[in-house]
Amino acid sequence: MPSWLSADLAIQASYFVTAVLFIMGLKRMSSPVTARSGILWAGAGMAVATLITFLYPGMSNFALIVPAMLIGAVLAWWSGKRVAMTNMPQMIALYNGMGGGAAAAIAAVELYRGATAGYVTAALAVGGGIIGAVSFSGSAIAFGKLQGLITRSIRFSGQQFLNLLLLAAALVLGTLVASQVNATPLVVTGFFVLALLLGVTMTLPIGGADMPVVISLYNALTGLAVGLEGFVLNNAAMIIAGTVVGSAGTLLTQLMARAMNRSLGNVLFSGFGDTGAAASGAVSGSLKPIEAADVGVMLAFANKVIVVPGYGMAVAQAQHKIWELCQLLIDRGVHVRFAIHPVAGRMPGHMNVLLAEAGVPYDLIADLDEINAEFDTADVALIIGANDVVNPVARTDKSSPIYGMPILNADKAKNVIVIKRGSGAGFSGIENALFYLDNTRMLYGDAQKVAAELIQAIKAVD
Amino acid sequence: MTGMVALYIFMLAAFTGYEVISRVPVILHTPLMSGSNFVHGIVLVGAMVALGGAHTPLEKTIGFIGVLLAAGNAVGGYVVTERMLEMFKSSGARRGGGGGGQGKH
Repeated sequence: MPSWLSADLAIQASYFVTAVLFIMGLKRMSSPVTARSGILWAGAGMAVATLITFLYPGMSNFALIVPAMLIGAVLAWWSGKRVAMTNMPQMIALYNGMGGGAAAAIAAVELYRGATAGYVTAALAVGGGIIGAVSFSGSAIAFGKLQGLITRSIRFSGQQFLNLLLLAAALVLGTLVASQVNATPLVVTGFFVLALLLGVTMTLPIGGADMPVVISLYNALTGLAVGLEGFVLNNAAMIIAGTVVGSAGTLLTQLMARAMNRSLGNVLFSGFGDTGAAASGAVSGSLKPIEAADVGVMLAFANKVIVVPGYGMAVAQAQHKIWELCQLLIDRGVHVRFAIHPVAGRMPGHMNVLLAEAGVPYDLIADLDEINAEFDTADVALIIGANDVVNPVARTDKSSPIYGMPILNADKAKNVIVIKRGSGAGFSGIENALFYLDNTRMLYGDAQKVAAELIQAIKAVD
Repeated sequence: MTGMVALYIFMLAAFTGYEVISRVPVILHTPLMSGSNFVHGIVLVGAMVALGGAHTPLEKTIGFIGVLLAAGNAVGGYVVTERMLEMFKSSGARRGGGGGGQGKH
């Protein structure tokens, strides 16, 4: 008994240290200067908590725990090291879903073995279980969509009603379990199946352009689920870390939704792409193609060029070539800046990460508020695989689903060059009025190949 | 831990999370989301305890899956966050004057 007590003290002390390390780590991660050390602090906290948990009183099944940890860790390590920077968003979705699944698994084990003493604990286990399960299956769908495994947004009439029905049914079964009226394994199983199904049906209709917000939301939900299961297991480290992520993630989700000028409810329940397709016929004019050689000359003799990168640059892995191109221009005395829309790419900050990878210095990269006044004085706005974030209908067309979203005013530049793979609409399915303007020329092709051609063209100028 | 104390912890942790994030620049949104994704990987300790107390084959199976998923969350979250933030470091060093940042490993 005394040895248990000291082990318990060691565990509690370690969890305290872990909580401190996590919060300090997150704090450091919120500034570019200290960000790098932040993850090391948080990582140290995780290592301490994991190791000390092996001393937990009354633990058995080590022969299962260690292999499970090794398999999960090795697979995640291998996939995390291999994944390209452009695919980061879906990897975050995947790992986040795993956390949600783990929280649901904890709830399942505790409920199946009837270890939840009292109504409050059982209710918390059920609450964490449904949130974790929704986050698990929902994140899996989000991963599938971003990875291109699921290409269509499946929608049908009465879909929201079905979701509501699933939620209600899951809550009824959850209440039966929590109130211990009927906590048989069958009811518990039914509860989890419904919760998993709900995550799938909730996420399937959401368009790919909204996925960053959805991933961020599921991240917050997983945090909350972990916090709730922390209450069930009376584990302070889980309560604190889970709740901190839950509230931080909620704020982050709101920031993202606000950057797109949408409410969270609108993202989750609006069926975005449908209305977009309906409104697409309104644009008049024609697309005017141009050759890379002509663009090269235009860039070489410009005073000021503003580059607007988008997801197309990420897909083509063009950030290195684009930076090479820009360095060439800078050497010629051209004033080059990068304009980043808050939701460019698939996540806020996605473009910044890619440009940082290519070695673009911070001071050349500007936010929307900073750069928008400068488009008037720019000779060329070079749009690389961006679409909705430069679509002027957001300013003018009240019927457009993106009406009111702040956009980069690329249309104000003297010349607009759009590098694009084909003539299709953007991710949201909305036709882009910018492409049809008189001062716009379309440069078709893979962004990386086009950038290489432009480099050749500029070198040929001298 | 009594219910009331747990509730206080919940409240204070919620405010902490909100405060920590509230003044963060846009460029760090993705790494920070990834970082917070790593932090809720602490679910690993709960999954270990749950599997450690499992008895029936069903409980053990679910517990095993739970530990596996949780370990994936923690390790994967760490690796991708670390990779992203690594680039911020090199970018800062480059701006700071080229060779300066290279000496430290």
